[in-house]
This record gives sequence, structure tokens and C-alpha cells, in this order.
Amino acid sequence: MFATLQESVPVVDPSATSGVLSLLWVVVALPALGAAVVLVLGNRRTAAWAPLLGCATVIVSFALSLVCFVALLGRDSAHRQVAQTLWRWMDAGSFKVDMGILYDPLSALFLLLVTGVGALIHIYSVGYMAHDERRARFFGYLNLFVASMLTLVLADNYLVMFLGWEGVGLASYLLIGFWQHKTTAAVAAKKAFVVNRVGDLGMALAIMLAFATFGTVGFSGISAAASHASYATMTALGLLFLLAACGKSAQVPLQSWLLDAMEGPTPVSALIHAATMVTAGVYLVVRSSFIYDYTQAAQTAVVVVGTVTLLWGAVIGCAKDDIKKALAGSTMSQIGYMMLAAGLGPAGYAFAIFHLLTHGFFKANMFLGAGSVMHAMDDDVDMRHYGALAKAVPVTFVTFAMGYLAIIGIPPFAGFWSKDKIIEAALADNPVAGIAALVGAGITAFYMTRVMLMTFGGKRRWLEGVHPHESPAVMTGPLVALGALSALGGLLLLGGWVVDWLAPVVGAEPEGSFGLPAIVVSLIALAVVIVGIVIAWLTVGRHDVPATAPQRVSVVTRAARADLYGDAFNEAMLMRPGDELVNGLLAFDRQVVDSAVMGSGGAFGLMSSSFRRVQTGFVRSYALSLLGGALVVLVALLVVNL
Amino acid sequence: MTLAAGFTTPSIQYSLISPMLVVFGAAVVGVVVEAFVARPSRYLVQTALAVVAVVTALVLTVLVGLDLPVKAGTAGRGRIAVEGAIAVDGPTVFIWGTILALSLISVLLFAERALEGGVTAFAGQAAALPGTSAEREASTRGLEHTEVFPLMLFSIGGMMLFPSSNDLVTMFVGLEVLSLPLYLLCGLARRRRLLSQEAAMKYFLLGAFSSGFFLYGVALTYGYAGSMNLADIAEAVSGRIGGQVLLLVGIGMLAVGMLFKASAAPFHSWTPDVYQGAPTAVTAFMSACTKVAAFGALLRLFYVAFGPARWDWTVMMGIVAVLTMLVGSILAITQSDMKRMLAYSSIAHAGFVLVGFIGVRSVGSFDDLQLSSVQAVLFYLVTYGFMSIGSFAIVTVVRDSGGEATHLSRWAGLGKESPVLAGVFAFFLLGMAGIPLTSGFTAKWAVFAAAFAGGAWPLVVIGVVLSAVAAFFYLRVIVLMFFSEPVGEGPVVMNPSILTTIVIAIGFAVTVVLGVFPGPVLDLAASAGQFIR
Repeated sequence: MFATLQESVPVVDPSATSGVLSLLWVVVALPALGAAVVLVLGNRRTAAWAPLLGCATVIVSFALSLVCFVALLGRDSAHRQVAQTLWRWMDAGSFKVDMGILYDPLSALFLLLVTGVGALIHIYSVGYMAHDERRARFFGYLNLFVASMLTLVLADNYLVMFLGWEGVGLASYLLIGFWQHKTTAAVAAKKAFVVNRVGDLGMALAIMLAFATFGTVGFSGISAAASHASYATMTALGLLFLLAACGKSAQVPLQSWLLDAMEGPTPVSALIHAATMVTAGVYLVVRSSFIYDYTQAAQTAVVVVGTVTLLWGAVIGCAKDDIKKALAGSTMSQIGYMMLAAGLGPAGYAFAIFHLLTHGFFKANMFLGAGSVMHAMDDDVDMRHYGALAKAVPVTFVTFAMGYLAIIGIPPFAGFWSKDKIIEAALADNPVAGIAALVGAGITAFYMTRVMLMTFGGKRRWLEGVHPHESPAVMTGPLVALGALSALGGLLLLGGWVVDWLAPVVGAEPEGSFGLPAIVVSLIALAVVIVGIVIAWLTVGRHDVPATAPQRVSVVTRAARADLYGDAFNEAMLMRPGDELVNGLLAFDRQVVDSAVMGSGGAFGLMSSSFRRVQTGFVRSYALSLLGGALVVLVALLVVNL
Repeated sequence: MTLAAGFTTPSIQYSLISPMLVVFGAAVVGVVVEAFVARPSRYLVQTALAVVAVVTALVLTVLVGLDLPVKAGTAGRGRIAVEGAIAVDGPTVFIWGTILALSLISVLLFAERALEGGVTAFAGQAAALPGTSAEREASTRGLEHTEVFPLMLFSIGGMMLFPSSNDLVTMFVGLEVLSLPLYLLCGLARRRRLLSQEAAMKYFLLGAFSSGFFLYGVALTYGYAGSMNLADIAEAVSGRIGGQVLLLVGIGMLAVGMLFKASAAPFHSWTPDVYQGAPTAVTAFMSACTKVAAFGALLRLFYVAFGPARWDWTVMMGIVAVLTMLVGSILAITQSDMKRMLAYSSIAHAGFVLVGFIGVRSVGSFDDLQLSSVQAVLFYLVTYGFMSIGSFAIVTVVRDSGGEATHLSRWAGLGKESPVLAGVFAFFLLGMAGIPLTSGFTAKWAVFAAAFAGGAWPLVVIGVVLSAVAAFFYLRVIVLMFFSEPVGEGPVVMNPSILTTIVIAIGFAVTVVLGVFPGPVLDLAASAGQFIR
């Protein structure tokens, strides 16, 4: 089976752009321009119109993406890869990199997701950030993020992709720490930055290895030559890219930053830390299918990472009282599903992307919903202070419920279709991963039901002075749109459309063989989900929720509250040894290097003091030294030659 | 047989040597001006004459350079002129251009009058003994010696002749023509006259001594080769005719005379005393232009005449180079006087140039990407010349009641008194230390690369280590200026006239530009090509 897989690996072989597709660069340029204008002019001068500019650029980008998408739809499937070279970016000997765009079915979907969800979240932010003094800067950063993310997904080579990759990292850092006056936000931003650096290191090394192996960093060049590279090289490349993906997508073992990243404004959590940026890792793996398809080992590593993370995030999500952190745990878990699917090879790539899209809809929806709830509750994030909000914020409740039904996988909502397909594919490939995915679905149902019950159900546990009210239309509008997408996103799978659409990029789906018909698997998954909901009802819904978290809880709960000790692990295994190493180096520098330098400095000083006595000021001694010099010259000449 | 029958009129290519003729002519006119122009207007006339002469010579040099014919059968361009006495080739033109450009800004320093209350920095009446009533009278009458300008022009002419001469006698004449006016100029300081006169005396005595060596070397070499002409000597050397000892001693003696002018160790002992005692404008002129001329002549003599005997003298030159870098870098550490420190720095730079000189590789013996020694050395001389004149120009404006405040302790806290000036000076120091993005870095890299390509890697290693040592004393001054509290009243920065400001600005600009975009000048030095015979 492996051999047949190799033959079916598609090669990136784009044709030149034409027509409306040659305007693709504008899609990136518009938000980049918006960011440049706002950030260069500064917050004060742009305060009046920056939100408008931010929304306008992204909306126009979305419209253009839609036009391009339609243009691509109009082509037959063999001609759906187009490339455009904007300019030569680097030219150093044999190292040549073009600033190039690759527009194919995969990037087309991402373009729609990024600009579409991005536009909705920009609009939502107009209401959410209305009272923030630095909102112009906020929109500048958001635009910067959108531009970078578009660069990432439109790049036709790894280096330009890395540019976008670092750009989204920067935007993420700036936005997590947007409320920099809060120490927690500043610390969270730094943590996200540092953890992401570990992943970026993997990316940088992978790019260098790719250049050393193939002499190019372009997708088309590498995919054409991929079958000639050794298995070890491909595995190394795959593992390095996986490390990069782990950092950006908050997968175990680089997961720890995502929960802290919730310190950023909620629209940021929705856009960057749920719908788009954190899925960049999945994009990277799928985009690099021409590498992973040649290395079973790296694919297995991807599956393991995905499986571990989907359970890890789900367990964390069960224990969080902070609504955003519960959702963050869920994000981690859902990306674990995508990773798992991406690790399955051509059988899973399309479903990874499908789940990525539906997740983009329903998770952005729920984050914005959470933001709306927080808006109503005076920025309180503790679900123990919520309860009975369904009547207070009806629009938010209904849209949130759409997202809820989608994520736990109730048919016919979007998440059902995408998650079900992943579970099927996983079961067909590897029973362990498949059963883990099934269990994950159950846990997802549990914690999401818990969130719903604690927020919208039960009795009021509002703090004094809190008067919940529905958010303004500028915020609920995007909620409604995303709620609709959460409900209807499954239509993408109608007639296997998304699989066919992505086939030219990632290869066709081979027949899965688990032995059970698909409908049975779906029913089993549904049963597991219902069990999760029932358990949640029994443990949370039937009792009053205490206003403070109970302390006498099981070991598992305590571990989950502590993020399964991810931070403790990092601190004990990395930070402390790092501290020790740095202290050791410092001591070495002070005692060995410094004393050597100071010692030699002192020695030169002594030499200087003794030499200068020769400089007496008497012409006679100078003349003598001249004569001596002449002798030296003559001796040197004669000794060498005679 | 009449006398006329045995005498043919020498053919002199006036256009080829016109830059030199203009400078010498202007110098002679300057002497006449002293005799016939009234005292009050002499300053203006002399300054204008010097500037016009140097600029004209510079323009003519460019014209000569543009028009240089390719010499048949060689990789070089140019012609042997004036009956074989002068070689006008690519390197000559480049060196002329460098000397003239550096001289032009030196003239501006010579003409500075704002710092001494309306008179130049030269003695009012050189003949008046220091401390006598005659001196006081000259001072109160506001006398000044405008003869410095013709003297300078003569010296410039000598500096142009020295590296372009194609036979040993012309070379010796050039050496003396450049030296004698300098001896005089060194003794003409308005302040601290005894120190200045002592410096002039020392320079003269030691210069005469070294000229003796040079002349002896000329005689021995003639004895070996039977000709003064560099091409004939080269032929004799490659033919290995006659006594080896005669040749080797001749090479050694000529080297002594040359290295003395280039202030290489162990012939450097005059340098700190003379640099310190001479008027700072003269020091600036001398440190830059004399070095260019001396190294130009050294390159010509050793590459053209003694090129075939390369393996005989590289070890000797290597020893001299190491000694020079060592003495310059190490002795500079304990100097307490700014001018002396810059003098030792100049010695150290001579050592670095020698490293490039020893990696003797000629154009054509390797591919285009590598630097030739000639190219590297010429480029180094340009960068060093501008940095050196620029930093001495700054020394002239940092003053106290006794004139220039050259003691290092007086420079403490200059960064607070005048941040811009201290910043520019710090930049020059960083340039001399060879920090990237200054011309000094590019130049050091060029000479070291040339030497490395020529196989002289031990010298490169020593050179790099000693660069680090040298960086120490440059940085010490920067720390002193910016991070130390002023002692007593602290330094005073006098406002100079536009002249000195221009000098400092040009020095700064060249140091920046050649650090960031060294390409054009490096290409120019490369296109200078080879010496011709």
C-alpha cells in the first residue's frame, strides 16, 4: 500500500496566473497597507477612522478572494494550481528565492476562511473595542495579522511561508499582550513568543535542510524531486516541520502557551487562537504532503502528537471555570483531531482541512459568543458567576448553541460531518487512534455541555451590580453569520465536494477498510456523544454550581486544572536546567574568560610600560635604534638567502 | 665633434606629468608672491593659489587617468615618460589623486585662522627665539608665515614625484623634495615652540641619517645592476647576475630609507616626537600624505625593481611588519597625549599596510574575486588618510588656555561638552579600530584578504590579534569621552571656521561611505592595475 501511495503523490506544478487571478497580490497587499498606514501614523492620528479602514481592507480582500475562488471553480481540476512571481526576493549565488504566490484549491479555502472570518471578527471588534483608547492600534495589529496569515497560505515556497509564519507569530505576540498594563497579559505574550520560537527553530532548520537537499525551497521544486531524497532526510524534514507545527498549533509538547494566550482581547482569541493562526500547523503538514507521503515514521509521529493532544486538551477543558480557557482547551483538542487526520496521509488530509474549516466557523462563533457574554457580565470570565443567561442574552445563546451542537457533533451541524469523517478514517488506519478519537468526542460532549449548563442554564449566580444585557448589533451580526455557518458548514461535504476539490493538492482518498459500515461508526460516535452529555447533566446540571471552585476534588481534576502539569514539566525539565546552564556559563565567563582577557590586557599594559622607556627623547638613541633596525633588516635578508 | 652632436633634446611628455608641473609651478609662484605681494593680502593670495593649484592638479590627474594607454604586452596601463625617469601608470595616477585629495583638505587646515584669534597656527616669526621680546612683538603685530603654503606645495610635488619615479636617482630627489619642506613646517608651531623646534631638529637629523642609508642603497644597487633604471634592475635581478650580497645589502639599505618615511618599526622612533611637536595641521598632512607617498614608492620599488627577488625580502618585510604592528599597538596603550597616541596608531596602521604589501599578488595571477595587494594597499591608504586628517582636525579644536588640549585627561567628558564632535571623533576611532560599517573595516579586511591569498597567513593571524589590542586603546578614548566626568573645568571646544568644519565633515563622510559602499573605490583601485616598467 505504501508503494502505491508514493505513486499517487501529487506534484505542485502550477501554471501562470491570468485574468482576475493576477490580482491575488492585492488580497495580501490591502490589509498590509491598512496595517502600515495605521501603525506608521500612530494611534492618536488614526483613532477616528482606523476601525473603518481595518474592516474595509479585509472586506475588500474577502470579496476579491471570493471572486478568485469562483474563477478557480470555473477551471477544470487539472488547471487549478496557479502561480505568480512578484519579484526576486533574495539572490545570493545559487540561493535564489522569489516572492511568489501559489493559489490552488487548498490556499483558496484558506483565503476564504481567513478573510471571511477575519472580516466578521473585524466588524465584531468595532463594537467590542469601542471603549478602548488604543483601538486604532488594535485594528492595525489585526490587519497585520491578516496580511501575515495570507502571506503564509499564499506562499509558493517555504521561505516566504516562513515570513508569514513569523508575521503571524509577531501579531499574536502583540495582540496577546495588547493590554500590556496587565502583568498577566505581558507574561502570557512572552510565553507564547518563547514557546513559538522552539517551533520556529524547527521550521528554520527544516528550510535549511530542504535547501541543502533539494537546492530549492519552492514547493514545486521540492515536490518534483521528493521521490529522489532518502527516507532519513524525508523523516528529518517531516519531524522538523512537525516541531514547527506543534509550536504554532499548540500541540503537545509545545501546548502550554495557548491557555495563557486567552489574556488577549476576545476577538483575538477568536481569530488568531481559534479560527486561523493556530491551524497554521495543520496547513503546514497538509501543504507538505509531498514530504510526509514519503515517510511513514514522520506520519506516525504526527498521528501520535494529534492523538495525545486531542485527549490532553479535552481533559483540560473539563476542569476550567474560565470560559475562555475551557474553549482554549477545546481548541487544542480539536486541532489535535486535525493533526490526527493530517497524519493519516491522503486518507485524512481532506478531512483535516474540512474539520479545520468547520472548526474555524463554530469555534470563532463560540469565542465571539463568550466575548459577548463577558461583555454582558462586565468582563468576568468565571463561569461560576454566570448561570441562567439564556434569557438575558438570547441572540448570543442561540448562536452559541449552534456552535455547541456543531462541536460536539450532533447531526446535521457542521462538526458532525467533519469529526465523524476523522473518526472513521482513524479507525480504518489505526484502532488505537480511532478509539482515542471516539473517547475524545465523548469528553468533548461532556465539557461543552458543562460550559453550556454553567453559562446559560441553572440559577443566577451573578455578582452584585452586574446587569447582563445583549450586545449591540455590530457584535451580534457576526455571531449570527458564524452561527449559520456552524449549522450549515457540513454542506461542504455534500457529494464529497471538499474531498474532490482538494484531490489535486493532496491526492485522492484511498478506500478505508475497518470492517464496519460508515453508518455504524457514526451511530457509535453519536452514542458516545450522548453518553458525554448525560454525564455532564448528571454531574453539573442536576446540582447547584458552587460559586467558588471546590477544593476537595479528585487527582484527575486537580491535574486538569493545572493544565496536566505542562507548565510544571517545562519549569522542571527546561527552565531550571536552563537557569543552571546560564549560571554556569556566567560563572565561566566571569572566572575564566574575564580573567584571561583582563590578564592579557594587563600583560599588554606592562609590555607597553616597559617598551616606552626606549622612547627616551634623545636623538642619539633614536639614531642608534635606526642603525639597529638597519642591522636587523640586513641580517634578516642575509640569513634567509645565504 | 661638437658638444651639440652628442646631445639629443630630451622628450618630455608635458601633458602626462602636468599635475606635478602645476603643483611645482604654483609653489614657485608662491615664493614670488611672498616677495611682491603686500603682507595683508598674502594670506588670501597664497591660500587661493594653493587651493587652485591642488584642484587643478587633481582635475589634470583625472584627465591623465582617463586617457592612460594600455602598455603593450603587459596587464598595466600607462607610459614611461621623461626619458625613463617617471612612470605614469595606473597606480601612479591613483596615488596622485589620493595625495591631491588629501592635500586639498590639508590646505584648508593650514588656512584655519579662527582658532588662534585671527592668525594661522604657524609661528608669527620663525626666526624670533622663543620667549624673547622679538617673539612677543611678532605676536602683537599679528605676523604670520604665509610661506607655509609654498612649502606645502613643494612637499606635495615631492610626494607626487616619489612614487612615480622610474629610476633610483629621481626617487631620491623626490624623497628629498618631499622631506625638506616638511622639516621646516614641523618647526613652525605658534604655541609650544621649543617642542616644535625640537621635533623639527630630530626629524631633520634622523631624516638625513635615513637618507644616507637610502643613498648608500642606491649606490650598491647600481653596483649590482649597472643601472639606476627600475626596469633594468628588475632584469638584472631576474638574471641573477653579479654578487648576491651586493644586491641584498642594497635592498636592505633602500628599505631602511623607505620604511623610515613610512614610520615602520624599528625606524619609527621619530614619529611620536615629531607628530606631537609639529603644528597639528602639519601632523595631519604628514601622517596622511607622506604615508601614501612612501608606500606608493615602496610598492613600486619592491614590486617593479625587486619583484623577481620577492622570496629574498618577504621574510625581512614580514619581521618589520610584525614589529611595526606590535610597537604601534602596544605602545599606544600607555600614551597620555592624544597626538602621541595617534602617532602610535599611525605606526600600527603602517604595520597593517605592510601586511597587505607582503601578500604580494599581482593582478592577473588570480581570478577577479580576489584582491590584489596593490588594490588593497591603495584602498587602505585612502581610508586611513581621511580618518587621520579628520581626527587631527578634531584635535585642533579641543583647546584650553594653553592652546590645544592634547593631554588625554583633558578629553574626559567631551561627550557632554560637545556630543556631535565627540561622536564624530568616536566614529573615527572606531574606524581606525576597524569596526564594520566604517571604512577602516573594509580596508583591514582588504589587506588581510590580500595577504591571506598571498599565503602570508601567519601575518594575518598576528595582524588580527593586534587589531584587537589596538581596539583597546581606541575604545579607551571613547569611554573617556563619554563615560568619565570632566577633570577641573573640562575641555573646551572652540568654534572653528568653516574650513576645519569642512575637513571634519569630509573625513567623516568618506569614512562612512567607504564603510558602507566600498565598491566604487575598490574598483577604482583595482582598475589602477599594475605597475609598469
